Amino acid sequence: MTTRLSATFAASLLLATAGSLAPANADSLADFEALTEGARGETVFFHAWSGDPTINAYIEWAGDQVEERYGITVEHVRVTDTADVVGIVLAETAAGRDSGGTVDLVWINGENFIALKEAELLFAPDGDGWADRLPNWELVDVEGNPSLTTDFTVPVEGLQAPWGTVQFSFYFDSDRIDETPSNPDELLTWAAENPGRFTSPQPPNFLGSTFLKLLLAYTVDDRERLGAPLPADEAEAALEPLFTYLDELHPHLWRSGRTFPANQAALRQLFADGELEIGLANNPAEASGAVAREEFPASTRSFVFDDGMIANSHFVAIPSNANAPEAALVFANFLMSAEAQLAKQDPAGWGDFTVLDVAALEADVREAFGSLDLGVATLTPEELGPAIAEPHTSWLEAIEIRWAARYQGG
Amino acid sequence: MPDPHRTVPDRVRTLPGWLRLAPAFTIALLIVPVAAGLVAALLPAFGYFPPLGGMGPSLDPLRDVLSAPGIGRSIFLAAMVGLVSSAIALGLTFILLACVWDTPCLSAVRRLVAPLLSVPHAAAAVGLAFLIAPSGFLFRLISPGLTGWDRPPDLLIVNDEWGLAMIAGLVAKEMPFLLLMALAALPALDGSRRRMVMASLGYGRGTGFFVAVAPQLYRLIRLPVFAVIAYASSVADVAIVLGPTTPAPLPVRILEWSSDPDLSTRFMAAAAALVQIVVTLSVLGLWMLGERVAGWLWLKVTTSGLRSGGGPPMRAAGIVLGLAPMLAIALGILLLILWSVAGPWRFPDSFPASLSLRSWMQMGSDAMELTITSLIVAIVPTLVAGVLIIACLEVEQRTGRTGGSRSLLVLYLPLLVPQVTFLFGLQFLSIVGRTDGMIMSVMMAHLVFILPYMFLSLADPYRRFDKRMLQVAAGLGMGFWRQLFQIRLPMMVGPILTALAIGIAVSIGQYLPTLLIGAGRVPTLTTEAVALSAGGDRRALAVAATLQALLPFVAFWIALAVPSFLARHRRGMQIR
Repeated sequence: MTTRLSATFAASLLLATAGSLAPANADSLADFEALTEGARGETVFFHAWSGDPTINAYIEWAGDQVEERYGITVEHVRVTDTADVVGIVLAETAAGRDSGGTVDLVWINGENFIALKEAELLFAPDGDGWADRLPNWELVDVEGNPSLTTDFTVPVEGLQAPWGTVQFSFYFDSDRIDETPSNPDELLTWAAENPGRFTSPQPPNFLGSTFLKLLLAYTVDDRERLGAPLPADEAEAALEPLFTYLDELHPHLWRSGRTFPANQAALRQLFADGELEIGLANNPAEASGAVAREEFPASTRSFVFDDGMIANSHFVAIPSNANAPEAALVFANFLMSAEAQLAKQDPAGWGDFTVLDVAALEADVREAFGSLDLGVATLTPEELGPAIAEPHTSWLEAIEIRWAARYQGG
Repeated sequence: MPDPHRTVPDRVRTLPGWLRLAPAFTIALLIVPVAAGLVAALLPAFGYFPPLGGMGPSLDPLRDVLSAPGIGRSIFLAAMVGLVSSAIALGLTFILLACVWDTPCLSAVRRLVAPLLSVPHAAAAVGLAFLIAPSGFLFRLISPGLTGWDRPPDLLIVNDEWGLAMIAGLVAKEMPFLLLMALAALPALDGSRRRMVMASLGYGRGTGFFVAVAPQLYRLIRLPVFAVIAYASSVADVAIVLGPTTPAPLPVRILEWSSDPDLSTRFMAAAAALVQIVVTLSVLGLWMLGERVAGWLWLKVTTSGLRSGGGPPMRAAGIVLGLAPMLAIALGILLLILWSVAGPWRFPDSFPASLSLRSWMQMGSDAMELTITSLIVAIVPTLVAGVLIIACLEVEQRTGRTGGSRSLLVLYLPLLVPQVTFLFGLQFLSIVGRTDGMIMSVMMAHLVFILPYMFLSLADPYRRFDKRMLQVAAGLGMGFWRQLFQIRLPMMVGPILTALAIGIAVSIGQYLPTLLIGAGRVPTLTTEAVALSAGGDRRALAVAATLQALLPFVAFWIALAVPSFLARHRRGMQIR
């Protein structure tokens, strides 16, 4: 009986299947106009982190633009963790769905990108990348910003299109702190003088890991090493200064380092509640946004370490089994346009930094970029100082293993 | 040789033949997705998952899990928190009931239950955290006046290593569920008359309850208690907000492993999910051992002749003790609602500096659409589950076959298998069937999670139904359908509406199934809420939680109000 009913159940699932899902064809990027025309009427399911209303509003705006101009509909699929999207693509591929997938475009970078790239689950027309063949690619600041072509030391190879670029920064309440630390040693001194007022999310959380990578860049004997894989037999010695530092820092952290906030959201909440006096942000505009929403005090400002902060870029990628890759290409191209990038950098909205080479843009656009008021708590690209490239992922893996063994052994 | 004089009893003959398929159909409905989920959990746990190059079989994933730093403590925490929080929740529920049964206070307690049940666990946890944290409401009330603090003190209250805050949160959130189950079961025990008998034997109210009502009541709500234990030992969202982090309880670590960008940790997630099943089963086993000890103790005490219950002071203490966790969480929820309209609200201000509707505006125009989708996705499977469960129970009652422990085990599977792993299987199934992203499939997935809870809440009241009513009805010439629709269902309107309300609440609370099976294309209030709250603004979460709580709240309110209204002229059916 059970077997028969199971079969019925499976059959009903199959009966409910939507119409035909023919594999998409985007083999030719050469004639982009024809491709755009061909994509008319298609829908792009854009999976993007949606924890920030201003970002959601921006995506809606961008979707409206391509709808108006190219007849392409953009559906913003709400995402809390991009790794979940990787999971969806993975599950679909495991189920043999090599086309007609549910993800057309995903907001992605770093480890998630690498995971999809290594599993060969990224859209590659003619077996090659596509981002560098889009019309708006020529506007991208390829020369000036190496993180646009090398994501976490892994070559992008046109498999994802640059969308924005960020640099790690700290935020603080200027009413309470007069002089901000300018390097890890000063941070340690400050933490010792102000016990319990600083912490970072627990790795492997993205923000917590980034903080560790920043400390790594300042404690490692030679920063150049970070671009190359960390040989297993050298890990212990190479990471020793970092962990010596952490051993000293942890007793002065929030709750004496006995617990850590889970993620960026929890950290922000702690700062807003006044438990922390220094917070961390991946997006330099984050603190200004929180001030605008009255989440943070109006006296919130940002600061950086003198010798640079970790910088990385974020992208949009198309999974290999996307249902509407042509429409996704058109949308990705629009997101790289001067108009879309300018709107994105407006601090009244998202405030995310552009990936374009502003100096090379037409005069009026250049001026428009220059006249953007970044917001009280946002540092200008000049103030943000030198960018430190993301270390090779093997470094973080080695750090995470040791961190867990040392501080969460229970 | 069959006895020719023995005729087939009426009650069997009147049962429509096709209805007999109901139990098998329902079990199949649960078995298929659960089995798929289990297989999907088992294969990667033993190293088999070709898309990631795992060709197994291998014990490496299990070995990796068991050698992960702090894993022993993670397992201990999951088991300990599950056991302790359930025991305290049950104990306090009984103490509270002992103090208020058969008094007007009972209806006050009843009124508290619905709003507390309606609020999603994670939101309730956030509310509680804001109440008790060093930067939270209580400290703000006395700061800086009494404490001199103009900054929150650096005290480890929330996220403490022993999971005390987490236990408190679970106790407070599970008590309303247990109370609801107990309140639904109490009428079957005819409390008033029992109390009179006990009083005539010289027993005080409280002692009388523990001697004459508690044992039977426990038997009636034993399955829901098991569900609570299974839930508390495998819960992740409450643990993330209130639980320890260095290390975190096992369910949180499963979640981390299953959403790590490093895809190889997904094997560990699967293996850890297996460990989780063992943990949950062990906790249930321990609980059953505890039942024996408690039973023995109970026998000792009740046969000792002890009658006095300690009098009014003891009773007042019991009420305070029993209500405290629920009042705490109620206060936390009220504060959360206040947060949803708060402007700047910083330590040590006891109240927001100004009010603003900004966070509500953000939900804006989509709110209506989201509400409608949520309602459809909740109501359809709840009604289907209701019909299926009543059909199953009717068949069981009419044929005298209980379905045995086998069917019960199936019902428990969706509760025992950690949701995140089991869902991967469901997701997989829907992807293979190409039904992902469809509202039908989402409703189907919700059905899987709704069915067990609704069955739990309805089974015992249904089985306890006084069958003599039906015999009388049959004697008056009523056929099967008239007996069902004119006698049994109207008399059971309370438990049935309660079960439906639970179904709706469970459905509204489903985040992962809606997201995974819906491929993100069936946005509900819950998916929107969770997505927005990922940004870390307590206001956004507060708005979302309020919206999420609204629908179940209405459902529970109906479930409590309608039966009293219907019974207003029928004294024997009145709930006091």
